Amino acid sequence: MRLTGSEIFMKSLQAEGVHTVFGHPGGAILHGYDVMLDFPLRHILCRHEQVAIHAVEGYYKASGKTGTAIVTSGPGATNTVTGLTDALMDSMAIVVFTGQVPTAVMGCDAFQEADVVGTTRTCTKHNFLALKTEDLPRIVKEAYYIARSGRPGPVLVDLPKDIIMGRAEFKGYPEEVSIRGYNPSVNGHPGQIRKAAELIASAQRPVIYGGGGIIHADASAEFTELVNITQIPTTLTLMGLGGLDTSHPLWLGMLGMHGTYAANMCMVNTDLMIAIGPRFDDRVTGKLSEFGKNAKIIHVDIDPTSIRKNVHVDVPIVGDVKRVLIQLNAELRKIKRDWRSDLEEWYGQIAEWQRAHPLRYHQTAEGAIKPQYAIEELFRVTEEHDPIVSTGVGQHQMWAAQYYRSHNPRRWITSGGLGTMGFGFPAALGAQAAFPDKLVIDIDGDGSFQMTMQDLITCAQYDLPVKIFIMNNRYLGMVRQWQELFYGRRYSQVDLEVQPDFVKLAEACGCVGLRAERSGDVKPIIEKAISTPGPVVVDVVCEREENCFPMIPAGSAIKDIIDHGEPIPEKLFQGWR
Amino acid sequence: MTDPKHYRKHTLSLLVENHQGVLAKIASLIAAKGYNIDSLSVAETLDESISRMTMSVRGDEWVMEQVVKQFHRIIDVIKVVDLTDEPHVNREMIFIRVNAEPANRAEILRITEIFRGRIVDVTPMTYTLEITGESGKIEAVLELLQPFGVQEIVRSGTLAIARGSKTITKRDETKLRLASRKQAVAE
Ligand SMILES: Cc1ncc(C[n+]2csc(CCOP(=O)(O)OP(=O)(O)O)c2C)c(N)n1
Ligand SMILES: [Mg+2]
Repeated sequence: MRLTGSEIFMKSLQAEGVHTVFGHPGGAILHGYDVMLDFPLRHILCRHEQVAIHAVEGYYKASGKTGTAIVTSGPGATNTVTGLTDALMDSMAIVVFTGQVPTAVMGCDAFQEADVVGTTRTCTKHNFLALKTEDLPRIVKEAYYIARSGRPGPVLVDLPKDIIMGRAEFKGYPEEVSIRGYNPSVNGHPGQIRKAAELIASAQRPVIYGGGGIIHADASAEFTELVNITQIPTTLTLMGLGGLDTSHPLWLGMLGMHGTYAANMCMVNTDLMIAIGPRFDDRVTGKLSEFGKNAKIIHVDIDPTSIRKNVHVDVPIVGDVKRVLIQLNAELRKIKRDWRSDLEEWYGQIAEWQRAHPLRYHQTAEGAIKPQYAIEELFRVTEEHDPIVSTGVGQHQMWAAQYYRSHNPRRWITSGGLGTMGFGFPAALGAQAAFPDKLVIDIDGDGSFQMTMQDLITCAQYDLPVKIFIMNNRYLGMVRQWQELFYGRRYSQVDLEVQPDFVKLAEACGCVGLRAERSGDVKPIIEKAISTPGPVVVDVVCEREENCFPMIPAGSAIKDIIDHGEPIPEKLFQGWR
Repeated sequence: MTDPKHYRKHTLSLLVENHQGVLAKIASLIAAKGYNIDSLSVAETLDESISRMTMSVRGDEWVMEQVVKQFHRIIDVIKVVDLTDEPHVNREMIFIRVNAEPANRAEILRITEIFRGRIVDVTPMTYTLEITGESGKIEAVLELLQPFGVQEIVRSGTLAIARGSKTITKRDETKLRLASRKQAVAE
């Protein structure tokens, strides 16, 4: 059967099980959009391609299904670069199709031409330039396979106009992929697993430190099993949240720059770090020369390049986190040890840290709203719905990580590696498209929200009832906090006093707008927002200069953590002071 | 950190897909990570869908581990072998255009002969030599010719092949891939 490239493309998407795509049309991809009309594909027209990519990330993170976006050439394609980089850093399985000018004029500065394969080379896991119409089924198949297997990541397929308009014999969608240079390892090396089990069995002050790999591998059950067998206190990175239920008795809270005091002190004092699927980001390790100085480290990761990239590792295990955990748990079950009584002293020390240095804030009755309080209240009101929560980037993101204590995996969607402001709302939109009936909440910042808020209209158009809570401090709060603490309170370009009326903005975009101004409003307004059908924007007017603690200043050792607003050591001041 | 000049030189042999864009992927990885590449040579193998790249890289053990892993991460890279500590033969070829004043010609010819080179071009004032050998030999001949006035050199970069009957092309590809993975895990 001779078909056009666009028909082959659509049939391939269908065979791949793609039902929902996010995108934006334009000249070079017009033919594809024309053919799309004849296929039962749900297309969500985002008003900006960056939004489409973050939406696809949210769709993937919430559902575990590879997300798909289609955009046009030139500006359409270059608008995806931030999203692709975000997806690469946070291991999001997404496939992006970009239109391209006809092959005959490629390289000639044609209208809306950009060297997309070149531009995205370093922000994709892999990219393809289709040069023959008959290659399309294979390329689409490989694109999805590469995106979701191994360490997940973004894949881009550049589709020149003549390739999608040309015709070729369609021999069906390939059933198998074989890429000779790509064979992600899956099982862990049994010898290494045994070594890891022996170390775990003899550790006196062990800590389990889980990362995003647990979520990507859908391994939270196996991870929880590891915690239960060994009775070892456990912390998670920002990307790993949801990997262990926050009501688990061994839960230490998040670690890292704004993690809990106890979790961070465990990292300093431990004799064995059991790292499951993290990548030792600098927001977690602090000053590298001090990190894990007295500890042995076991590191499980699907990506060999993550292992020993930043820190010394004693027992590296390359493999799929889920499979490795199954192997490791089997090994650990054979060990005869009274885990709890052996760790009694360690538990006592940790309890001491927790007692002396809990997460805390002070909300006055009927006073200005503390963002921490608003988020904790949001958690209390919505916990029973087990909602999907996304965030922007900044203080509110860290408070959400601290106080929105999700119980389950794939409920927490945040931009970790790249820290992309404007991510939260589109990610919520995408998650809602994956789960139309689920409660989806975006905890956003006033600065972050303003980066992508034009797509409120998209929520209204497609009836995506996301609930957006803006922690509105009228500041680029996190930057302001750094200026306060490390630059002698010289505030430079962080004031957002002049801003849209978010309630009216919501209404102008076909959504409902609500506002909370005093602490007493918080609970009733949250309840109202949750029970209102359709998309809702809640402007939570917060205390302006609240700071986010604990905090490990960038580049400092973990042990130099600032618990709660104690004076900053003089040596950390920068700038003119 | 040790001075990069003292890093050991490693010879890597890469098998890569022979299609458009692959060299650019390798080059941008090298640029992005700031690796120290001394030379790179690329050509087709017996299987025309596969190219071989031979690369000389300097780095300590940690850097080399990263380099090899990062290359493996590129989907179009089929295999990476570090030949440095394996028995192997390596050669480089160089063209040298050197001033050849009549009084010096006999000496230049003698040097060429000792190094089993050839004169491939002659002008009234210059000779162009072709020499093949290990990098050490190339360096030695260059040093000897320096006093006469070397005008230009063109070097091929190192080519290397493992000794023995073992091949690192397609046939036992899976076997080797397993071996290199095992090594990666054991490390
Ligand atoms: C796209 C982008 N630009 C700049 C930054 C740097 N940055 C990090 S946090 C932040 C302030 C965020 O302000 P807001 O969204 O209001 O959150 P808040 O910290 O006030 O809660 C900025 C500018 C960033 N992370 N992303
Ligand atoms: Mg703000």
